[in-house]
Amino acid sequence: MSNDMGAVMVVGGGISGVQTALDLAESGFKVYVVENKPSIGGVMSQLDKTFPTNDCSMCILSPKLVELARHPLIDLMTLSEVTEVSGEAPNFKVKVRHNPRYVDMDKCVGCGICADKCPVKVPNEYDEGLMERKAIYVPFAQAVPLKYTIDEARCLKLTKDRCGLCEKNCPAGAINYDDKPVEETVDVGAIILAPGFDAFDARLKREYGYGDYQNVLTSVEFERFLSATGPYGGHILRPSDQEAPKKVAFLQCVGSRDSNTNEYCSSVCCMYGIKQAIIAGEHTAGLEPSIFFMDIRAVGKEFEDYRARAENEYGIRMLRGTRVASIDEDPDTKNLYLRYAVDGEVFEEEFDMVILSVGLEPPKGANELSQVFNVDLNRFGFAGTDVYSPLSSSKPGVFVTGAFASPKDIPTSVAEASGAAAKAGAFIAEKRGAVEELDIEEIDVEGQEPRIGVFVCDCGINIRGTVDCPAVTDYSKNLSNVVHAEEMKYACSADAQQRIREVINDENLNRVVVASCTPRTHEALFQSTLKEAGLNPYLFEMANIRDQCSWIHQNEPERATKKSMDLVRMAVAKSRLLEPLTESKLPVTRSGVVIGGGISGMTAALDMAAQGFEVDLLEKTGELGGNAIKIFHEEDGRKVRDFANELVSRVSNTSNITVHLNTPVEDISGFVGNFKVKIRDEEIETGSIIVAVGAKEYVPKEYFYGDDKRVVTQLELENKMQQGPLDAKTIAMIQCVGSRNTEAPYCSRVCCSNAIKNAISIKKENPQAQVFVFHKDIRTYGFREDLYKEAGRLGVDFVRIPEDQPPELSKEGESLKMTARDTILGEDLVIRPDMVVLSTGIRPNEDNEELAKMLKVPLSKDKFFLEAHMKLRPVEFATNGVYLAGLAHWPKFVDESIAQASGAASRAITVISKPELKSEGIIAAVNEDLCDGCGICEPVCEYKAITITENPKNPEKKKAMVNEGLCKGCGGCVAACPSAAMEQRGFKNEQIIAAIDAALEESE
Amino acid sequence: MKMTSTQHETQAATAATGEQFEPKIIAFCCNWCSYAGADLAGVSRLQMPTNFLVLRAMCSARVDPEHVLRAFSKGADGVMVLGCHPADCHYIGGNYRTRRRIALLKMLLEQYGLDPERLKLEWVSASEGVKFQNTVTDFVEMIREMGPNPLIEAEKQHKAERAKYGH
Repeated sequence: MSNDMGAVMVVGGGISGVQTALDLAESGFKVYVVENKPSIGGVMSQLDKTFPTNDCSMCILSPKLVELARHPLIDLMTLSEVTEVSGEAPNFKVKVRHNPRYVDMDKCVGCGICADKCPVKVPNEYDEGLMERKAIYVPFAQAVPLKYTIDEARCLKLTKDRCGLCEKNCPAGAINYDDKPVEETVDVGAIILAPGFDAFDARLKREYGYGDYQNVLTSVEFERFLSATGPYGGHILRPSDQEAPKKVAFLQCVGSRDSNTNEYCSSVCCMYGIKQAIIAGEHTAGLEPSIFFMDIRAVGKEFEDYRARAENEYGIRMLRGTRVASIDEDPDTKNLYLRYAVDGEVFEEEFDMVILSVGLEPPKGANELSQVFNVDLNRFGFAGTDVYSPLSSSKPGVFVTGAFASPKDIPTSVAEASGAAAKAGAFIAEKRGAVEELDIEEIDVEGQEPRIGVFVCDCGINIRGTVDCPAVTDYSKNLSNVVHAEEMKYACSADAQQRIREVINDENLNRVVVASCTPRTHEALFQSTLKEAGLNPYLFEMANIRDQCSWIHQNEPERATKKSMDLVRMAVAKSRLLEPLTESKLPVTRSGVVIGGGISGMTAALDMAAQGFEVDLLEKTGELGGNAIKIFHEEDGRKVRDFANELVSRVSNTSNITVHLNTPVEDISGFVGNFKVKIRDEEIETGSIIVAVGAKEYVPKEYFYGDDKRVVTQLELENKMQQGPLDAKTIAMIQCVGSRNTEAPYCSRVCCSNAIKNAISIKKENPQAQVFVFHKDIRTYGFREDLYKEAGRLGVDFVRIPEDQPPELSKEGESLKMTARDTILGEDLVIRPDMVVLSTGIRPNEDNEELAKMLKVPLSKDKFFLEAHMKLRPVEFATNGVYLAGLAHWPKFVDESIAQASGAASRAITVISKPELKSEGIIAAVNEDLCDGCGICEPVCEYKAITITENPKNPEKKKAMVNEGLCKGCGGCVAACPSAAMEQRGFKNEQIIAAIDAALEESE
Repeated sequence: MKMTSTQHETQAATAATGEQFEPKIIAFCCNWCSYAGADLAGVSRLQMPTNFLVLRAMCSARVDPEHVLRAFSKGADGVMVLGCHPADCHYIGGNYRTRRRIALLKMLLEQYGLDPERLKLEWVSASEGVKFQNTVTDFVEMIREMGPNPLIEAEKQHKAERAKYGH
């Protein structure tokens, strides 16, 4: 890569930092990722499952970690910290200190012999101290990079100059006790801060006895209990006696919404508490979870469903509006007595185990970060941002993403991470580069008899300690077509790569088999070695004789040796039939189309334009601005509509944005990089499409709305308040009108905060006015909790009503009469309001279905657009090249829409910044002679990569066609094809069958 | 490294009984979850019997019924197909197709005179090294009890008879 390529520094290697780095690198920028821990992954790597899909956290995270570590444009700096920043964007100079690892990363192969021999046991941070590690360690088994680290505070050699066992035993000679901190200065154009958060220290809530009572755990610890790699292998056991608990209490808001600790709401604890209760119940039969909470803040996509399932299907006991006052432990049984009040009555109840749902706090070191990078923190100690620029810090060119700006869940963090990449990229857009391709001519192997080379790795003693590697090597020599076999100490070392290249050239090898560790981590390395030697990288096969043989059969050396021979024989059999594959290149139209001209659409268009791309912005109505133009209230001291108007003029003044008003989309064809969007009188060619069509306000049918002028919506109330003082003394606000009911079971997320904002305005203008808010839960998550507190101080009356019993409104003569059940007082409340304000929900557009069909993307059951993955792909569809932002995705606030729109822009830029797209090598291919065009494969494809077209050779027949730009290479269609016409390159039927036959051949 | 790790004791059993039937098992593992789970079992040094050989597929939905039938016809005593948990599929919904295909395939096996229990579908995630270990260990034991693949036995007998009558 060239030296003048634009670079960005990302501070923090959690999911936010990882996503932002990957987006930038994929857009052609150099990235430095600075992580102070020995490996990346952050808190997400500690989680067992993620809500609301109960996805395995590690399964979805680790491919991203591996991708980051392997990316040629990303420089991963672990155990490192930034000490000094000077200059201004886009000319920052950042001084980074690399702290000593005491292990040479180039030499360490992650075998773990050092840790085996190390005599010092230390509580493992990854398992929250519930398990032990050694003084030389990797934080967890799947750590990236998989390189050992010496804990300098605990190592006997470093502290007392004794021991030295790791150095003596390291077969790779990787230990270096004399390692010293190294400083380096890098030039970057922009900086992204993603240091994450720290969990609240539960010891500060003394009344819950955490730290003293063995069976009181934090939610982070409990996450490790749930994990298969945790202290009890995924079994829920009480720490005091290792018995399975029956009654488990989950206490919400520990270190959140609490004037003694943190006043804000931590946003994620309700959902993770429910998740932990569900999973715990699945792990342990007969477990009875109870959740003690104030409000359940299930505001995200499918969250409300998840909550309902927890209550109705899983039978989780929900104690609403209940905060536990204190916990006492029975010193004999170690059972726990919880004291709490319901409707004024005090209860004491015995539990076997208590989980404290701890809140999210600014990361330790936030103050230092703020000083080093010269960015402001807000009054809670999180990064200070503005509603209208949610990704920008107070310092130009320095952006923030993830929980550092406010407590938030993973999908919001991931969307923001992409968004921050779009913002940072704008500073260095003219210095976009690309990974330099190796220019080595490929050897033509067509028609050649296979000449296979087999390299058997000892992995020090990791394989050779169990498997007789010389015997496996000799065995390999006798397999047909094998012309060369040799044993290697470390097949992954640099000198081994050199040796493999030499052998390829000397022996004219046209296939290579390496018998060593797992292709998941090492296939790419060996493939690039083949490439350097002029061989097609797909003429390579691996036999996993370490992870899946020597390590799992340590006590059976003879059988492990025989099995290694079996595995090599299988790999050789498959390799004989391997073919060179080419990643075909597809041209890209380097521009974007944004559908929808609201805040989200305009933001996405501006972000793409800021990086120099042409954008067509399509709006079906006659004006830009969307819903925001109707919003009069202020956020951060500025009216939403004023901001929307500013965006409209910025869009109009941006030369590379073409606005098309009154322009509905008529048809869309093509695929990633090459879409054609048909509008009225033209067809726009584009590389990517962003769906930002928004949503609409629910029009109420209930409560005399439309018939009685005293009944208005919140937006209408805002309009009225613009025109002068309200002519009403008693005002009743009804929440969840058109939300959380049978017609629309989901929560509309924004109505609580908006209602309270208006209630505050009313009270401020006229303190005598009586304002009632009838609600099921108050969902002012995050820092919006401030609003709830302020409204309470100003005397707004919050009345909690039952889930299934909305208030009733009737007329007595001219006056309105409202009756509602007050669940806290346990009685009916009757008021005569002068004005009734309906907090109406957000509904998806009716024409979403039509657009979804044109784009071949799905809708959720609530008819919002459905993203590819609710956790880690929040702004993109499974169909490549199509992205999503704003209310079209789900109800959300202005700041969230803006961040998501920037995220969608960033994802789109990863496509259109490349002059051409490379398809995957391992994709499906049709044998046109065999294909009957039956169409069975077409619906099997999750990526809409298959179409049935006319067969050019025989116009009477049809045939399947695979779009190489869309195919992800899963092979699902291949197994579905009844005529063996579909094949998966690299995993062809004959190749797999050769391996099966070889596996079952009787080995001598 | 692990607090829970079980050691299998097949060797002791072999020593006691002398000639013990050693099943041959083919395990198809999807690249993203189950193959990673198998690797994790290795990284965690979880011990298990040697009787299985893993074939990596990108997705469990790539496993063609033909592959399973081929394995049985070539003498496998059992076949495992291991994939991502429902809703965890790296390719969105491949594992749901696998589930349907395996259910059908089991019916087919019965018609061939094979106990459908010889084919096992299981979900193993990337963090379930222990589940991989248990699944393999239990399956090997189950197949060991069921005895050798009857198709192969029948073929052997058939061959022996043909030889006897001089065909």
